[in-house]
Amino acid sequence: MSPEVAGAGAAGADGPLKLAVPRGALLAGTLDLLDAAGIDTSAARGESRSLIFAAGDVTLITMRPSDVPTYVEAGAADVGITGKDVLLEQADRMVYELLDLGYGRCRMVLAGRKGDRRLGESQRRLGMMRIATKYPRVAERHFESTGRQVEVIEVKGSVELAPLVGLADGIVDLVASGRTLDENDLEVREEIVECTARFVANRVAHKLRATEVDELTARLREATVK
Amino acid sequence: MIHPIPPGTRDVLPDEMRELRRLQRALMEVFESRGYGEVATPAIEYDEVLARGDSRSGGGAYRFFDEGGELLALRSDMTVPIARLVATRYASAEGPLRLCYLANAFRAVRPQRGQMREFAQAGVELIGAPAPGGTAEVIEVLEAALGAAGLDRAVIGLGDADLFRQLLAELGVGGEARESVLARLATHDLVGLEAELSAIDGIGEEQRATCVALSQLRGGREVLDEARALGGVAVERATARLGETFEALEAAGAADRVRIDLGLLRDLGYYSGAILEVYDPALGHVLGGGGRYDGLLKRFGVDLPAAGFALYLERVHMAQLEEEPGGGEDR
Repeated sequence: MSPEVAGAGAAGADGPLKLAVPRGALLAGTLDLLDAAGIDTSAARGESRSLIFAAGDVTLITMRPSDVPTYVEAGAADVGITGKDVLLEQADRMVYELLDLGYGRCRMVLAGRKGDRRLGESQRRLGMMRIATKYPRVAERHFESTGRQVEVIEVKGSVELAPLVGLADGIVDLVASGRTLDENDLEVREEIVECTARFVANRVAHKLRATEVDELTARLREATVK
Repeated sequence: MIHPIPPGTRDVLPDEMRELRRLQRALMEVFESRGYGEVATPAIEYDEVLARGDSRSGGGAYRFFDEGGELLALRSDMTVPIARLVATRYASAEGPLRLCYLANAFRAVRPQRGQMREFAQAGVELIGAPAPGGTAEVIEVLEAALGAAGLDRAVIGLGDADLFRQLLAELGVGGEARESVLARLATHDLVGLEAELSAIDGIGEEQRATCVALSQLRGGREVLDEARALGGVAVERATARLGETFEALEAAGAADRVRIDLGLLRDLGYYSGAILEVYDPALGHVLGGGGRYDGLLKRFGVDLPAAGFALYLERVHMAQLEEEPGGGEDR
């Protein structure tokens, strides 16, 4: 263990547990699950621009899914929900992964242009593929573990664009229905990993607020099975 | 003009230094009053010597050659240098040795994470005193140190480093499978843990549930009974050991802060038996840790049981600030 000093926040032994909730694609599923677990999320469902909502015995803190590990690791949120894709990409964030919540199911894939042989050709003749992705570390690990050399190009916006205009030979991205790929003339070449929403905890909160964390975990587990 | 310093290092200015010194003095007073004598060792050692102590991390993160071509390294903690010191300077000493230190150590950082490359540690090493008495003494000193730092809400987690290693051996899980299960336990990836265990032939539903449940048991004394109910030789051995330590602490009136945590695993390669971690509700990070390392001294040629702990000074200071009335609010 090495000390990480910056960003250390208060784990807060008092008051309600702070739960980091992902905005975006996982939000609806998350709020539904919390409702099923007996946490009233009505305040967070409105049009409010607020970021923090009281929900009975927990406080909901809404944020980008990719920020959840940051807040939870620092203890600014005691527990949180985010996608496995985020956790894989930020594998060095020390958070406890307590539960697979089952929803938000999607696949991390390698995709290329339909009928296009560029991926294979680059690999064969240049010894290297160029891969655009929002998940550089997941991509690097995948190709490294399968013994292939790649140049990973990190992009922030629509990754599908990269192979269409020749920035990259292929992309590594998250696919739910596959419609976006299809509409952009791309197809899945390899499946890397399946991702779902996960329940995570700060390690100090997991120790110091053990009863509350365990009880919430149990409620979520039950609601997940339902 | 701005002249940069490497990320993960820092200057300390008088206001902070004054508070840090006060904290250092308070801690050293506690150590000295309990018979722990302060030692200093060089920040630079031979890489080979440091690597002997912690083969897993392979010596220090910062290595360089001296003018004679020798490979040197910056120490990454004080436990290994003190093991080296004891083996060299106190090889024939009798009775337990009580040593303490206040020193900077160096670790590699991951970029962009605000981690410290150089950080200050204050700690003790009790060498030649076996469990449970030695462990209890170290925890008592730690408890007093936290009191002296004014961290009245701080908690000491007490676990057993051998529990899962022995439990897996008992279940017939070895080699690579065991290492990957232990890695999941160390990072507390319960989803991954269940998946790893499911993939191992010969591990049934029940044994899987036992492993997962054990890793989640934490709390007061009652935890030991809950663990025992799950059964097994490894569990019996670990709970007996933890029970003895806890009783010794209760007898000394130092058990109030201690929470037993069977899921506690530290990633330093040399721990055996009891392991410790320190938390404060004001901070999301661990304030320090330690435990027993009965096999470490043997690697340096002296077979002595040992235990100790180290507090990360900067983090303790940060927790002090948060624990001041209104400290966490108006900053």
